[in-house]
Amino acid sequence: MKIRIDHGRIIDPANGINRAGSVYIEDGKIVSATDEPAGFKPDTVIDAENQIVCPGFIDLSTRLRDMGHSRKATFKSEVLAAASAGVTTLCLQPDTAPVIDTPAVVELIKELAEKSGYPQIYAIGALTQKLEGTELSSMLSLKQAGCIAVGNANQPVKNLLVLRRAMEYAASHDLLLMFRSNDFWLGNNGCAHEGAVATRYGLPSIPEAAETIALAQCLELAELTGCRVHFGQLSCKRSVIKIHQAKKYGLKVSADVAVHQLHLTENDMTPFDSAYHVLPPLRTEEDKQYLRQGLAGSTINSICSDHQPHDLDAKLGAFPETEPGMSSLETLLPLMLMLVAQHAITLEQGIACLSANPARVLQLNSGALTPGFAADVCIFDPELEWQVNSENWKSQGANTPFWGQTFKGRVTHTLQAGKIIHRL
Amino acid sequence: MTDNLQLNAEGKLKHFLTIEGLSKSLLTEILDTAESFAGVSEHQVKKVPLLRGKTIVNLFFENSTRTRTTFELAATRLSADVINMNIATSATSKGESLLDTIRNLESMFVDMFVVRHALSGAAHFIAQQTAPHISVINAGDGQHAHPTQAMLDMFTIRQLKPDFSSLRVAIIGDILHSRVARSEIQALNTLGAAEVRVIAPKTLLPAHVESLGVSVSHNLTEGLKDIDVVMMLRLQKERMSSALLPSESEYFKCFGLTEEKLKIAKPDAIVMHPGPINRGVEIDSKVADGPQSVILKQVSNGIAVRMAVMAMAMQTAAPAPGRSGGIHTIPGERHAGSLPASGIHAIPGDKGAA
Repeated sequence: MKIRIDHGRIIDPANGINRAGSVYIEDGKIVSATDEPAGFKPDTVIDAENQIVCPGFIDLSTRLRDMGHSRKATFKSEVLAAASAGVTTLCLQPDTAPVIDTPAVVELIKELAEKSGYPQIYAIGALTQKLEGTELSSMLSLKQAGCIAVGNANQPVKNLLVLRRAMEYAASHDLLLMFRSNDFWLGNNGCAHEGAVATRYGLPSIPEAAETIALAQCLELAELTGCRVHFGQLSCKRSVIKIHQAKKYGLKVSADVAVHQLHLTENDMTPFDSAYHVLPPLRTEEDKQYLRQGLAGSTINSICSDHQPHDLDAKLGAFPETEPGMSSLETLLPLMLMLVAQHAITLEQGIACLSANPARVLQLNSGALTPGFAADVCIFDPELEWQVNSENWKSQGANTPFWGQTFKGRVTHTLQAGKIIHRL
Repeated sequence: MTDNLQLNAEGKLKHFLTIEGLSKSLLTEILDTAESFAGVSEHQVKKVPLLRGKTIVNLFFENSTRTRTTFELAATRLSADVINMNIATSATSKGESLLDTIRNLESMFVDMFVVRHALSGAAHFIAQQTAPHISVINAGDGQHAHPTQAMLDMFTIRQLKPDFSSLRVAIIGDILHSRVARSEIQALNTLGAAEVRVIAPKTLLPAHVESLGVSVSHNLTEGLKDIDVVMMLRLQKERMSSALLPSESEYFKCFGLTEEKLKIAKPDAIVMHPGPINRGVEIDSKVADGPQSVILKQVSNGIAVRMAVMAMAMQTAAPAPGRSGGIHTIPGERHAGSLPASGIHAIPGDKGAA
């Protein structure tokens, strides 16, 4: 099977490509994104006129629910959402039901991924058994079963000794720790940023210090243990500063930000609208600006969706009792493009944050149109407008604060290992 | 973020969820309407027929004696039928969701919910979800708002000190967890008080408390200077176990209101407390029962203010589908919707006919 993508603007940050041209694919692999291979006779030609052709997106934090949470969403529903969003690789947080803490669950996930026709789903293994934060999981077995990293999702690790041991053990097997910085006790079961808005509405609140203190501790342990750490879903200014300092100091760490944190602040929350209930909470304008600068200056190298689809009931109730999280795969690209339109980052940077950079975090041969790599390709029309409504929306979770909004930028084709998994 | 949910298209009160977003003139209208109801309780027949035929459900997801009783009395004095539902001990403990409880009650053709709930935003949620002909009155939601308590306090203050613009008010105690404090601060600022001061240790103040429009003091003796109105807040026992305070006795030493400390405030200062009082924890008995205390006045004013809010919210209520709605169904009566606040006295029922 040979595919040629014609007339598009190819943007491939890892290879420094940004020019008009064709991409050549054979047997699921990239053959060339520069010159026409001799005697290439395509079976399929995709016309990408006025469109951008770039590597498929890699999402570092996703929840597809299913298994014990299938009323919220299933692999079947969510891979359609992912494909329509140009996402070709997903990292699954370990807080599934059951938790990803045994090879059997990893196998089950692989099976569900195959069945849904979307094989590139990577499990993040639980750092501790049942995510309870007390005993180490069988990390080596998890790695051998296919886990791409380990992490404790949003669950606390009981104490710093357990975290130290876990990081030492992960480092012994060259496993990446994907760490969500949140001090459970300082978080105090809050549901909103500790600031003027939570104060006005009497919402239990989470200070930035809950994030920055946990982050600082983990940075110290990264140095002590030599464990590779990726800090997920940063939300505040001082986290950006701390990561910046750590990198300057020479620690091998990386970080991502959930795309909604780059656009929304506490002030955007309509009173008690559970669509805005996310963890970490939406913070201040200053935090948002720092996160954007962190992205522009490569302190933060990846943008993730932090996709968390919910059923209707999970979001119906008084704000503090609703479940946190947004369904956000499908708004990933338009929200990234909005950053470009607002001159926060360049288009090349935005694409790199969704492809080459997360690939580097995961040490995957992916996220680029390099010859020999799996042909994961996203083709999008940056000018095409579309509305977030039930006609266009694929995810089973309609929990997005952007419902009804019109966005610019839509994926027209998604190829996963050379297979067209989405066509508009 | 403005809150138009509680107003109808004409800007009249439809739900009463929070003080935030309500104008000074609307708050004054509530106080004026309450004024006209204040006499009702002293009549031999303590009823007016304004809400005859209406069904009001007191929906208390959290226990309360005082607030529920005054709401019940207010409703019965307006001739409404009242159902008390103590959900803390019934449906939700069987696993019924908030929404299902509301849906079930809706289908029993009720006209108003008076809601108390332990979570901030519960009253907003119910107002958004409920059928359009139903009004929702917030009787306290989590740490968010307790607007009728604030209005009855404004009413009490106005009886004794009618000019808000010259008033300096101190609110003392657990501001962090207090829905009463949030609503009082908003009401006082809307009515134009000269200063609202909060006095508490840092552990009992929310972050960015100044953004609510208050000045801050951590010292009671300094903070009480020039104060006209002293509002004490109840201190919950669990604040000690959650490491917010060391002990009741140390709290009393620092922030407890004694006769001696009260002398620092203006000589004619009044002392208020939303109840129930913890004697010897936040307030000394001599002050609570002393000449400057208006605590019991607050309780009786609660009925008139709640009557006012209920009557105003029901005036704007659209008729329920398939039912004759509106206050005007009472034969021979003027359309209540057109009544000026002071005109409510003119209803025949007021003279004992009801």
